[in-house]
Amino acid sequence: MFPIPIQKRPLINRISYKILVPVSLFIWLIPLIGIMLTSIRGLGDITAGNYWGIPSEFLLFSNIKDVFQNTPMLSYIINSFKITIPTVIGAVAISCMTGFALASYKFKANLFIFFTFIAGNFVPFQILMIPVRDLTFQMGLYDTVTGLVLFHVAFQTGFCTLFMRNFIKALPNELFEAARIDGTSEFNIFLKIVVPLTRPAIAALSVLIFTFIWNDFFWATVLIQGQHAMPITAGLKSLNGQWVTVYHLLSAGSIIAAVPPVIMFFLMQKHFIAGLTLGASKG
Amino acid sequence: MPNSTHIVYRKSSWWKLNQQRLTPWIFLFPGLLLFLVYVIWPIFNSLYISLLQWDGLSPAIYVGLTNYIELLDDEYFYISLLNNLKWLILFMLAVPIGLGLAVFLNQTIFGIRLIKSLFFFPFVISQVVIGIIFSWFYNPRGVIGPFLDKIGLSNYAILADENFATYGIIFAGIYPQIAYCMILYLTGLNNLNTDQIEAGRMDGAKGLSLFKNIILPQLKPATFLAIVVTVIGSLRSFDMVAIMTQGGPYGSTNVLAYYMFETALSEYGYRMGYGSAIAAVLFTIMMFYILFFIYRMYQSEKKGL
Repeated sequence: MFPIPIQKRPLINRISYKILVPVSLFIWLIPLIGIMLTSIRGLGDITAGNYWGIPSEFLLFSNIKDVFQNTPMLSYIINSFKITIPTVIGAVAISCMTGFALASYKFKANLFIFFTFIAGNFVPFQILMIPVRDLTFQMGLYDTVTGLVLFHVAFQTGFCTLFMRNFIKALPNELFEAARIDGTSEFNIFLKIVVPLTRPAIAALSVLIFTFIWNDFFWATVLIQGQHAMPITAGLKSLNGQWVTVYHLLSAGSIIAAVPPVIMFFLMQKHFIAGLTLGASKG
Repeated sequence: MPNSTHIVYRKSSWWKLNQQRLTPWIFLFPGLLLFLVYVIWPIFNSLYISLLQWDGLSPAIYVGLTNYIELLDDEYFYISLLNNLKWLILFMLAVPIGLGLAVFLNQTIFGIRLIKSLFFFPFVISQVVIGIIFSWFYNPRGVIGPFLDKIGLSNYAILADENFATYGIIFAGIYPQIAYCMILYLTGLNNLNTDQIEAGRMDGAKGLSLFKNIILPQLKPATFLAIVVTVIGSLRSFDMVAIMTQGGPYGSTNVLAYYMFETALSEYGYRMGYGSAIAAVLFTIMMFYILFFIYRMYQSEKKGL
């Protein structure tokens, strides 16, 4: 255990640690606390410059109602779900297959393909931007949810393949061999053995990809133009331009945008962290 | 009729013979196809477009290296490049700060799990939201205003100050990155080899020397990963710049990622070729890291096989 457990330290250290932790947490979260406080204030507090004092009115719900009534926020959120959920399903399904192929078959191009997926995953978005936008135009999918989803699935396949391949590779190979000797077809090995065993990896990937895609801003800007398909990140940005002075509404909107990934994180915390820290504990 | 059953039989035996060889390609097909169309081909296409003069609509003109030569004289390109460097260097602070936080929080007291999750919070939230929060934060008529008044800086807006605006954005950008590094190190600390630590302690290693000689080497995989994700994070600074300053004031906060977008796809013009040239520079910088990472992975794969 490192550092030495605080329980083994003198009383004075124990007490100061227990004070220090919540204090540092408070300091760490000041930006978030600031926006939460702002989101419950009314216009009166904002114009009066009361940013840190006790809110004179508690208007969180009315601010949220305002946001939904006066902006297309609801349609932004629905679009975000329409983009995120199909992407998660598509990317995870496809990478189960690619991961399986790369983890359990030996063939010449194997490592080359694997590294291509990894390298592609790190590429800066800007080098893809113009061709992807053109391609989406030519397919008639510019400014549609489908066009954005297709790209997201393709791009996320890189990271997901890396993840699934390493997970499947760590499964005992004897399982597959035994099934093969029993005459199980390769497809059934995939469906009946690999897919059930990779459930934890599927869960981890799903929460991660959900968060990545929900929070995507760049591609939403490049491939979407109109409100009808715009996700919440791009929507917030356009509200940011219109609402320079009504920060209480902008804060309420930001909180609405943050809720789904935060819920996802808390529900699936273990999987989320397992996914992010893949490789942090082994060479 | 007998003939056709014969064919089916032969087909299936051919399949049986080649199943092992063909299955991986069948499984790879959808993923590989999408990846080639949407990621690999666009890279080469962009490199080609960087040799063109093209507004995206009218016919493109091949101009060779003209775009790159123009880059050499472009003041905004140098500002962006320099800002990228500032991002990169300052972002690296996220690694030791994340490590410090992880060591600080690696205890078992009541509620520590919740506390760790709350520390991790900023990473889960969209960068757009983080950007909005910090814009509000920096606004002289915003959250920070009362404090600025106290130290005699009333009405100071860091995002409007061309000398410091970039640092304001980087500070906002590094906030979630610290959380990411912290979580990597917490996982690393969780998987330390207890025997080695105990042996070290027996030998009288304590505090810093224990940390330096025994803990840090064991955290190497976490450090490697933290550096990789931080470098990539620092080069993907688009969201923050787009939300907080859109490159201003006077282009002083531009980074390559945003400058490229601005050149190719904004009211400032549709210069696809020039934008692609900027993207190509960014890509080349990134490629060094990618190759370094791939090399590391290749080494460990060879060990594993």
